[in-house]
Amino acid sequence: MKLFTFKPGGVHPDEMKITKDRPFVRMSVPAVVVVPLSQHIGAPNTPTVKVGDHVKIGQVIGSSTAFVSAPVHATVSGEVIAIEPRPHPLGKNVQAVVIKNDFKDEWFEPPQKRDLDSLTKEDILKIIKEKGIVGMGGATFPTAVKLSPPKGKTIETLIANGAECEPYLTTDYRTMLEFTDKVVDGFLVEMKASGAKQGFIAVEDNKRDAAEKLENRLKERGVKNVEVVLVKTKYPQGGEKQLIKAVIGKEVPAGGLPLDVGVVVQNVGTLKAITEAVLEDKPLIERGTTVSGTAIKNYGNYIIRIGTPVTHIIEQTGGLTKKLRKLIFGGPMMGLAQSTVEVPVIKGTSGILFFGEEALEMAPQDESPCIRCSRCVDHCPMGLMPLLIDHAWRRKDMKLAESLNATDCIECGVCSYVCPSKRHLTENIRSAKQAIIKQRKIEAAKQAAFEKLKALREKQEKEAAEKAKSASPSTEKGGKENG
Amino acid sequence: MDDKMIDLVVTSSPHIRDKVKVSSIMWDVVIALLPALVAGLYFFWSLHTLGIVIVSIISAELAEILGAWMFRKPVSLKDFSAVVTGVLFVMVMPPSSPYWLIVVGAFTAIILGKWIFGGIGSNPFNPALVGRAVLMISWPALMTTWKVFPRIIPPHGVSANAITMATPLNVVKLHGFSQLIAEYGTKAALYKALFLGNVGGSLGETSALLLLIGGLYLILKGVIDWKIPTAYITTVFVLSPIFGRDPLFSILAGGLFLGAFFMATDYSSSPITSQGRLWYGISLGFVTVMIRVFGAYPEGVMFSILIVQLFVPFFDKILPHVYGHRKEVKS
Repeated sequence: MKLFTFKPGGVHPDEMKITKDRPFVRMSVPAVVVVPLSQHIGAPNTPTVKVGDHVKIGQVIGSSTAFVSAPVHATVSGEVIAIEPRPHPLGKNVQAVVIKNDFKDEWFEPPQKRDLDSLTKEDILKIIKEKGIVGMGGATFPTAVKLSPPKGKTIETLIANGAECEPYLTTDYRTMLEFTDKVVDGFLVEMKASGAKQGFIAVEDNKRDAAEKLENRLKERGVKNVEVVLVKTKYPQGGEKQLIKAVIGKEVPAGGLPLDVGVVVQNVGTLKAITEAVLEDKPLIERGTTVSGTAIKNYGNYIIRIGTPVTHIIEQTGGLTKKLRKLIFGGPMMGLAQSTVEVPVIKGTSGILFFGEEALEMAPQDESPCIRCSRCVDHCPMGLMPLLIDHAWRRKDMKLAESLNATDCIECGVCSYVCPSKRHLTENIRSAKQAIIKQRKIEAAKQAAFEKLKALREKQEKEAAEKAKSASPSTEKGGKENG
Repeated sequence: MDDKMIDLVVTSSPHIRDKVKVSSIMWDVVIALLPALVAGLYFFWSLHTLGIVIVSIISAELAEILGAWMFRKPVSLKDFSAVVTGVLFVMVMPPSSPYWLIVVGAFTAIILGKWIFGGIGSNPFNPALVGRAVLMISWPALMTTWKVFPRIIPPHGVSANAITMATPLNVVKLHGFSQLIAEYGTKAALYKALFLGNVGGSLGETSALLLLIGGLYLILKGVIDWKIPTAYITTVFVLSPIFGRDPLFSILAGGLFLGAFFMATDYSSSPITSQGRLWYGISLGFVTVMIRVFGAYPEGVMFSILIVQLFVPFFDKILPHVYGHRKEVKS
């Protein structure tokens, strides 16, 4: 196997993959699940059930007519006891359907196996959309949308993302090891749905065993156009843009999508979900998640029903070992710190990390002056100048931040990680980026309004001129009369 | 759930940070300087020599406190940056410098070289070199007086009872290269002395070998970028013979190794981009050779670094390639 990597930049933090050798364990289902109606990037869903309704597993409980959306399904059978804003891992309270589990585990429509050969491209995309599949690496972009390129663009290459470059997380690793066939099946389903000619499964070289297992399985099944490639263990190797550069050597244009270079990248967990949706008729109601950190007793990899609150996970994994000071959804580099243990597992939850007091030392918050050591510049995987964008943000000079390409930042956290002065670079660049995007939207809206008004004026003037033309003699006369 | 067990803090990602701190970087620099400093104390041994090292460090620390007080900033002795300045400064001073001169220089370095620009990270020049440059212009005689120390006398050079002796570059400037070789007997003996450091010069600049070891330590530790010293030294090596100067002698003599590994690499006064650092190193080599060949001073390292550091904002415009942009923006 060849070894690829992106250049320049990146870091290699302590891997801390303590759950690496712990196989997936199916976690018990809680008495009450909280299923947020929005678990994807795109248009929010509206509930399709009412309080008091009895729902069954797999029943759609929220959907949207928008193209960029993914429906949400009931993950247990039971009674809807509330539809109200509840804590969401993204930070705000979001509308959620709260279901009281009747523990009967009844399916809305009992799943039936399907054969890939009997399905057309359109069938597959329809099923992926209906089953609510989204990117499970954390970005939660609706998969069906990703596989439906706009006119004039084709998908040539598929890349399965098994890099899992975030420390602590082992979900993808265990998925590749334990669900090798499902990953391969999902990849083949995707190849068919996208019409891609070639495929790569990219795995970081600290997971060679998983890569070898995948390679053997591909060989056994006689798959020729899919190749397993090793990528160097370096963060953010699994970043979509970095992985594309590492594997096929192309750069996604600024502001563009991987589709612009004919590529779609899919997390290996998503591939497993695709297999289960397309070949096994199951909607996305559960997922593999790494439960790790220093403050949880039985850390490991678990298959957890969507909507399971963290409180239940703590109970089921033997409780906390010390005072919980930090709860992170995702990895330590890009994950989101949570303010409550009431938050539920959602489709994009790749890991849940529990830390005690030491979390405060792991990420010291006191800044000291920038010493211009340029570590942030040397390690930025996007070739940006983090220290200068940070200065621009502090001076609120958004023009400067924009000219320094702040909007190209992928928020990987490398600049903050390497900064010896512990400056909040990623945080400030993210803020600058958001401010610039907001400003652009305002400008665009202004421009659109201006164009609209201009068109209206022109139309009115034209109409008036025509009117005047057709009735010019009389108007002149009329004018004199009025005078 | 027991609420006493849960007290969540919410901070922005990333939730882990590298262990490298400003203070750990500064300590690495001090560690890297130690071999050359100890060698300097050995070659120029006297209690006075040890005294000025201690006085320099203490003066730098006191100047740091004064600077922080003057500019109403928190005193940050714990980052050890003033220790680095104090050590670097004394290493570029004649070993026989009077105490008062060291005190004046160290305060100049910290206050004029650093604090008036806003403190750590804001200085456009290497503070230690600012201190030395001011002394060089203000007390040129004191700065060019090289007392004879027994361990550095060349085999065929000045006698032990002479009061002053010159540095190798001085000898070349005044009497030519052949005179210098004559003092050491053979070229090889001269190279050896320059490499090990038993020659005249500033306290910490004479041993190319030990400075190289310290410099390599900093490169391996990721503290400094190899491009600056490599480009600097290579340029001097290549350019010197064009002007009729022995290339090996040119890189071993004077303060080139100290300047290339420890002075030119000062973070706040060197470029922040990889390409910028390469051109910065090349420029340093060019200016150093020009000063040595055409200038009034025998040595060009100090002034070349100060001059080229003036152009750092220009080198900072050489930006890296931004992912997904077809051509790098050079504005």
